[in-house]
Amino acid sequence: MGIVEAILLTVITAATPLVLAALGELVAERSGVLNLGVEGMMIMGAVLAFAATDATGSPYIGILAGIAGGALFSLLFGFLTLTLVANQVATGLALTILGLGVSGQIGEAYVGMSGIKLPEITIPLLSEIPFFGRLLFKQDLIFYISIALVAGVNWYLFKSRSGLKIRAIGDNHASAHALGIGVIRTRYLAVLFGGACAGLAGAQLSLVYTPQWVENMTAGRGWIALALVVFASWRPWRVLAGGYLFGAVSISQLHAQALGLGIPSQFLSALPYAATVVVLVLISHNRRMTLINTPASLGKPFVPDR
Amino acid sequence: MRIELEKRPTPSVLYAVLSPFVALVLTVITGGIMFALLGKDPMSALYSFFVEPLLDVWSLHEIAIKAAPLILIGVGLSVCYRSNNWNIGAEGQFIMGAIAGAIVPVVFHDWHSPLVLPLMLIFGMIGGALYAAIPAFLKANLNTNEILSSLMLVYIAQLFLDWIVRGPWRSPEAYNFPITRDFAPEAVLPEILASGRTNLGFVFAIVAALLVWFMMRYTLKGFEITVLGQSERAGRFAGFSSRRMIWFSMLLSGALAGLAGISEVSGNINKLQPIISPGYGFTAIIVAFLGRLNPIGVIIAGLVLALTYVGGEAVQLTLSVSDKVTRVFQGLLLFFVLSCDTLIRYKIRLVFSGRTAAVAQGGAE
Repeated sequence: MGIVEAILLTVITAATPLVLAALGELVAERSGVLNLGVEGMMIMGAVLAFAATDATGSPYIGILAGIAGGALFSLLFGFLTLTLVANQVATGLALTILGLGVSGQIGEAYVGMSGIKLPEITIPLLSEIPFFGRLLFKQDLIFYISIALVAGVNWYLFKSRSGLKIRAIGDNHASAHALGIGVIRTRYLAVLFGGACAGLAGAQLSLVYTPQWVENMTAGRGWIALALVVFASWRPWRVLAGGYLFGAVSISQLHAQALGLGIPSQFLSALPYAATVVVLVLISHNRRMTLINTPASLGKPFVPDR
Repeated sequence: MRIELEKRPTPSVLYAVLSPFVALVLTVITGGIMFALLGKDPMSALYSFFVEPLLDVWSLHEIAIKAAPLILIGVGLSVCYRSNNWNIGAEGQFIMGAIAGAIVPVVFHDWHSPLVLPLMLIFGMIGGALYAAIPAFLKANLNTNEILSSLMLVYIAQLFLDWIVRGPWRSPEAYNFPITRDFAPEAVLPEILASGRTNLGFVFAIVAALLVWFMMRYTLKGFEITVLGQSERAGRFAGFSSRRMIWFSMLLSGALAGLAGISEVSGNINKLQPIISPGYGFTAIIVAFLGRLNPIGVIIAGLVLALTYVGGEAVQLTLSVSDKVTRVFQGLLLFFVLSCDTLIRYKIRLVFSGRTAAVAQGGAE
């Protein structure tokens, strides 16, 4: 295996959780809900995936537990912001704070324990293609899901009828409601999907990226995923591209640390966060483009009149 | 069954006062359930978490010490959130304030003068304000979301602090421990009471809260903050500039967070080390909301959240539960505060089916 191959493999592993979490958030935001709790849902997914894997010995059950954990946690957000119309920004923050606390509490028993890594699935024939075969067709299940989901969500949002409804709700919930679309119901489902994706992203962290439980192991990836959605101007394929770009940045800093360029490691570790800010600035400084791309009802509360 | 909301004609004054207390009660009940799940006796656990710290002079001082940064930051954040500027990077501004303020006692440690402490405090405020100026500039001039930029800057500040205490500022006498030299006595915030460790930082917190309360209640600036926060459009008609408000609220909250940072390291830690805050900048978000974004409320809320820190440490010792319960309590509290706030603006009705809803409505009319 060549060095380029090895580096690209690590980039893929670093990018997958970002892509997944951002994709879920993208769907929620397309429906007009701004869920800042991605970090919290992700860390819940990570700890529950690890715990379930440890209990059953099967990382696949771990994946399911991670998805369920993220989804259940997002329901809490949905109940507050959709049913009780609480402030979405504040509730998202609450979700993150609570998630970090609860996961730390659950994960207490698993600190320092070595986990089970999700096995790779080799796809016959395709995996024998030189270079790309190893990169794309000898991967774990979560990677395959992430690619399929990007394609699926893109098709769903832009080619299906109910995807159109989601976008309609996100752009103008009052009109959508007047047309008889169930605004609250659809938003619940979108939030739930976002939570499931964040949970899956968390499962990837504790089953693939570093197969163990470390407190606060998401390390801001949930927030980077939120930035990715803006970066991608709410389009699934751009989430994929952006996720890999950010994955590359975070991996390059690890390699730079290994090379020992004489730059303090802390400065290199800060690189992904600084890159996020820079990218955000580049994307959003054009006010008109931002206005065109942002779902118009994003973050606004909705109470159906009757 | 479903839940329906009906908008009240005017916000309920009763619930506005009651909702933080309802939220507290709900948090305590849920916390009791959590302790039971952890296999502890809920009553005695809750007692040592919430009551015992109040019965002991030493822990009362600890509460005051932890409340000081929470109140200082929370007051600044309440202004930010009222004006609809979502600074969630106070933790980073706290750290940068601490570093800026520590320039005096660390770099110029040979200089002994009564001016040291005032200079440190001013540097701390400038450091925090400058760090908050980054997301302010990005939002005001480049239209960048302040939530994400201010939060990313927290991670960068934490790494910067880590570098500075391991690198250039590491004490030559510390045997490779990542700490700076101890602050000289004149660089330490004095204690204010004979009975314990509470320092001047607590006074700063109360004074800041009262000043901001006065500003919000009696000055045009306070009115401007409220108007722009509720409707930017209405504010523009009144001639208020939302751009200037971004700068004002971010710099104010940054300066207060910076003051909290330097007060904490000067009064409590007496040096810089890789970790100087148990998440005060994030907990202060809860403080701001529990205090209903009102500076006086923030004082009370800051004391309550400080109690959760001290109570968390207490149960850690007496019941050997992990200190993570503190974070869980804090998260739960914010959840319940936010859900109880719904009661202020809406009536909540449980509807069991379409038919009973009609009957219930008919009965109400």
